[in-house]
Parts: sequence; C-alpha cells; structure tokens
Amino acid sequence: MAVLGHLELAKYPFLADAGGYLRECGFTLEQLADDQDLKPIRDQAFARVAAAVDEGKVYRPSIETGSQLPREVFSFLLAVVLLKMSGARHLAKKFAMQEARGAEMLLERDLGRARTASQVLLATEIIRDLSGMGIQKQEEHFVVPVPEYLRRAVTFHAREWKLINRRVESGLVYLTPHETVRLIRQELVNYIVSRIEGAAMPPPVPGLQGFAGQLSAMEARLRPKTVVSSGEFAPCVKHAAKTMADGDNLSHAGRFLLATFLLARGHSISDIVPYFEKAPDYKKSVTLYQLEHLAGKSGKGTAYRCQSCQKLKTLGLCHEIPECAGIVNPLQFGVGR
Amino acid sequence: MRPPDASFIRRCMKRYYFERFDMIELPSDMPKREFGFRRADSGMVRHLQLHDSADLRVLLLQAVPLEVYVSNARYLLPSQPIPEKVWEDAHLIFDIDAKDLDLECRPSHTVASCERCGHGTSGPCERCGHRGIRKTSVACPSCMRAAGDQADRLLDILADDLGVREGVRVYFSGNEGFHVHVHDEQLARLGAAERVELADYVAFRGMLPERLGVARDGASSLPRPSEGGWRGRFAREVLGSKAGRSRTAREISSGGYDAFARRVEGMTSGLGVRIDPGVTMDVHRIFRMPGTVNGKSGMAKVPCADLKRFDPYVSAVVFSDEPVHIRASCPVSFRMMKRRFGPYANEYVRVPAYAAAYMVCKGLAHVVE
Ligand SMILES: [Zn+2]
Ligand SMILES: [Zn+2]
Repeated sequence: MAVLGHLELAKYPFLADAGGYLRECGFTLEQLADDQDLKPIRDQAFARVAAAVDEGKVYRPSIETGSQLPREVFSFLLAVVLLKMSGARHLAKKFAMQEARGAEMLLERDLGRARTASQVLLATEIIRDLSGMGIQKQEEHFVVPVPEYLRRAVTFHAREWKLINRRVESGLVYLTPHETVRLIRQELVNYIVSRIEGAAMPPPVPGLQGFAGQLSAMEARLRPKTVVSSGEFAPCVKHAAKTMADGDNLSHAGRFLLATFLLARGHSISDIVPYFEKAPDYKKSVTLYQLEHLAGKSGKGTAYRCQSCQKLKTLGLCHEIPECAGIVNPLQFGVGR
Repeated sequence: MRPPDASFIRRCMKRYYFERFDMIELPSDMPKREFGFRRADSGMVRHLQLHDSADLRVLLLQAVPLEVYVSNARYLLPSQPIPEKVWEDAHLIFDIDAKDLDLECRPSHTVASCERCGHGTSGPCERCGHRGIRKTSVACPSCMRAAGDQADRLLDILADDLGVREGVRVYFSGNEGFHVHVHDEQLARLGAAERVELADYVAFRGMLPERLGVARDGASSLPRPSEGGWRGRFAREVLGSKAGRSRTAREISSGGYDAFARRVEGMTSGLGVRIDPGVTMDVHRIFRMPGTVNGKSGMAKVPCADLKRFDPYVSAVVFSDEPVHIRASCPVSFRMMKRRFGPYANEYVRVPAYAAAYMVCKGLAHVVE
C-alpha cells in the first residue's frame, strides 16, 4: 500500500483507513455527528452525496489550503457513514461514480505532473492500490504490461484502444496519463463502492439520523419505479398525448396524467418536454419547472404518482378499451402480458 | 481408408508409439488437460482425462488412434462437457498454415483425385464414375520455407513487441504448417476477447492511419525506421528508402486520409503474420499432441529449434524405411529423407514405409495385399 500524506488523502479519501484516520486525528464518530463546531463537516458530507444525484456535477475537494485537508477526508468518511445508515444503494453507486470522476481528474493531473522518483512512485502506487494494475513511468509515458492492458481495454469499443493502435514494446503498452486513468475508471468506481459496502454499520448516531433520512428520500426517487417493459401507452395517455400533439388545449388534469405516466415509465424530463411543446400556452421554463416538481426534484421532494383508473374516470379522462380489463392504474397497461 | 491401408498405417503407428514413446511431449499438469483422439474408422472422441504417461501409452498402443489431441487449456474437471470443465488457463497458440499463404507454386503440387477410388482425376472419375474429388497438397519445400518465414516474423513480434522471449516453442504441425506455443503464465490467463487483440496485433489488422501519423485534418508525420513496434516495421518495409518515403508522403497528400486508410488495410496480408485467428482465440480447443503422428501425412508433429535449417521432410519422418508394395497415383514428385519419389501414374511400386504412409494418408496410394 502506498503511504499517503494529508494531501493525497484529501484527494483520494477512499484510500484512507477510516477508523485509523479518525483516531489519529483525535476524533470519534460521535463527535463528528454531534459537535456543534463540526457542523460544516456534516453539511459538507451531505452536500457531497447530494451532488452525486446532480448529473454532470463533479465534486471538487478544496486542497489548496493545508488546514482544510482533513475536512475533505472527514466529509468523505461521514458521507460513507450516512449512505450506510440510510441503506441507499442506488445513491451509493451514484456517489461512487461521482467521487470516482473527481478522483480521475486529480489522478490524471498527479500522473502528468509527477517528476521526481517519489512523486512517480506515489502516483503509480495509488493506481496499483486501486486497480492492481502494475504501472511504471518510462520517458514521458506510463507503461503497463500487455496482459494487464488487454484485460481492461477489451471492454472499450473504440478502435484506438485496440492493441494494434498502441505503442507496444518489450511487452509494455505506452499510455498517456489520461489513457492510464481511463483504463482503470471502472475499477476506481468499484473500489469506492466496495469501500461503502465494506464499511461497518455505524452505531445509531442521533445527530446523523436527519441526514440519513433525507438520503433515503433521495434514494426513493432514484429507484426505478416501474419496469420499462412496454412501450405501449394506455388509451387515456394516448388520448392525452394526441390532444397535445394536435395543439389543442389539454386540461391540467390531462397534463398531469401524461407527465406522471411518462415519468413513471422511466422517461427523462428532457424526453418528456417535447410532448408539451405544441400546447397553446407552452413555455419551456414553466414546463421544465412543472415536470421537475412532478418528478420530485424540486420543492418538498415528493414524486407524484400516476392516478388510478377510478380517479381518471371521475375526471373524464378515461378512454377504456377491452385491453384495459383487469388493470387499476394506466401504468399496468400492456405490462406483463 | 480401405481396410488394408488402415491396417498398414495402424501397424506403422503402433510400432512408432511402442519404440519411440520418448518422442511424445507430455504436457505439464497432465491430469488437468482434456485429451481427444480419432481413429481411422470412427469419429472424434473428446473430453478424456489421462492421468499420466502410462494412461497415454495404453491409449496409443490399444486404440492406436490416427490422431491424438490435447488441450492447451488446464481445467479443474477436464472430462466434463465444456461449460462444466472450469477453465483455469490455456497457453497461447498461433497456427500458421502454408495453405493460407496461397503461393504461386501451390497449384503445381496440388493433386486432385477421386475421393472414392483414389484415381487421379479433376472431374468425374473415369474409372469408377464417382463425382466427388478431393484435393491434396504434396510436399513442397517452398511452401514450407514461406510458412517458416511467417513463423520467424511471429517470433520477432513476440520478442520485440510483446516481450515474450522465453517459453516459446515452435512445432512443425506434421503436415504443412507450424504451431507456435507460447508458455507465459500471464498470457495464459487471457480470455478469448484479449486473444483476438493479440491475433489482430500480430496480423497487422485494424490499424488506424492515425497510429502511422496520418490524421484526418491532413497533418502527417510518418514513422521512422528506427522506431519500435509496427510503426518501425511499417517504416522499414513500406517507406523503405528516402525515395519510398517521399513517394508515400506524396500519395498521402494527394489521396488523403481515406486512400491511405485503404492502403494500410490492404497491407494486412503482406505486412502482418498470416495466422489463423480462430485458433488463437479459441480457449477450449484441442491440438495435435507434440510427438504424435499426423493422420493426414504419416509424419509427426515435432519441435523445430532452428526454423532456417529445419527440413520437415527429414525431421518429422518417423516411420521406418522398410519397403512396402503400393499402387500409387501421384502425378507430382516429392522428396522425403532426401530421396525423390514419383511421379507415379497408377503404378505398382515398392517404396520405404514412410513414403508409402505419406501417400496412403493423402489418398494417393493403396497398399497392395
Ligand atoms: Zn473413382
Ligand atoms: Zn508450394
């Protein structure tokens, strides 16, 4: 294992031995959870996880000031504790991917900047710890043994990753820092996931329950709600979509039906927006806001469910056909038959 | 095979396996290998487990198979069907066959004969009326030299590019090609997808023009002959002299990226090693066992330490020189043990057992009872 200083741990906190690190810094989990002075760390830990569900956002640790370094490690370790407490597995996966993306950038930079023998050793050992890939620096390049390269590169489909399109000499494949890091991307994610999965279940810490509860709510929104097993729309939804497509005015309840149905079937907001474009009163920002609200991504965070057939009948939105027999919610239409 | 022919071959084999069992190279970890064999009169038997040389000796002397095969893979349970064998690893193998090189000399030593009676014919048999013909290639030193050159190039690429210098064994296949076995622990663990990449690499298949310094935006910086790997090989063999270099540079600037890409693609067979990629990628195959006889020729699969000096028609000849009476229809002459045989136009002749076996195995002669 590489021997890591505070700076490296702040950059790659998943490499830290959690218990040992806390002890060494003279802290306990309870302190992190309850100490009023440490509230910023709790907020940061929560923000770290919350950032993971924000597509395209990458968490960047602040590593420029030395005094802030332990805070980066604490907030990561606390984030793991929170994820563990909330049992949020989808969220944990997203969190791992997001943390991996951040680490990827730092690792690429570290490899690129490594000049002295000890810098090179540190960077290559970090890669070895994460992936088991034996890597060395040669001239301006990093080299890995052919079998180690192949095992990873065969999962990529771009032709440039074919062995024939690589510089290969004496059993070694030459890589740039960017390529090196790209090669171990999946292992980096897996490593972080395994750190979360392998973490001991923390004792119930009252100060953290609130955060954990919020994470559970986030998880509920992430979990795929209905299996996207059929592209078939229920007749009521078809009717609503057609009314919209024709540019006719659809009632608020009809729009609600269309949006909640599509969201539940796993369509993304950007895929749903076009259904509303022909509406006489269409405004993109308003539609986006409303869809986000329905999806539970804003406001108080509860996703709206698609209404039952019964309710739709009373609203005059039901357009029952024989195939509807036996279903109580439009979402069940055409599924599992 | 006709019964007298089969029993002649069987006698030769039995004697060889009895007297020269030491020629057979036993695989490491023998109980972990899958063995297979084929007899003259029956189909293939696979998924056999042999524990030691005694097991093998019994198989060879009792069943006297025409062909004997062993897996390059090691399995936990070699005698189970493939999905249940539990694959551990398999040393890497490259197969080079003269037939795939398709040299100009090939038609001149390819013999067509009636597949039923063996009569030399290129259309429906004049003797028995049968319509099926079979084509066999008769010993050709040029073809073997060309195959050997391919093996030589493969060895260079293995050593220079892939860093494999130890544990590489070259075998003459017993008929018209070479098997290159690479005993490397790391490479042995690779799966089929990784082996496809290795096969493509040695075959110079799938190279992007960018790798040779030619980009879509028109920029080009061609490789230098002193470089390693395929860039260096390309520079030495294609760009060659200064003149060749500037000619190629001109071609690129006039023809552009796509023309260059097509040109590189067209170079695969000339520049790359002509291996059979299907053999390299298959991690569950069984291969002719080194030291055993190839039923298509009556010669053995033997190691070949020096490709330049190797003469398969001497080194792989393992049957005796006792005279055998045959009726031969071999319109092409060939050399074995530095002796010339044929051409024979449906003639009764006495030839040494090894030459008789060679022709009988190729369907060009029958033993006279
Ligand atoms: Zn015939
Ligand atoms: Zn030839």
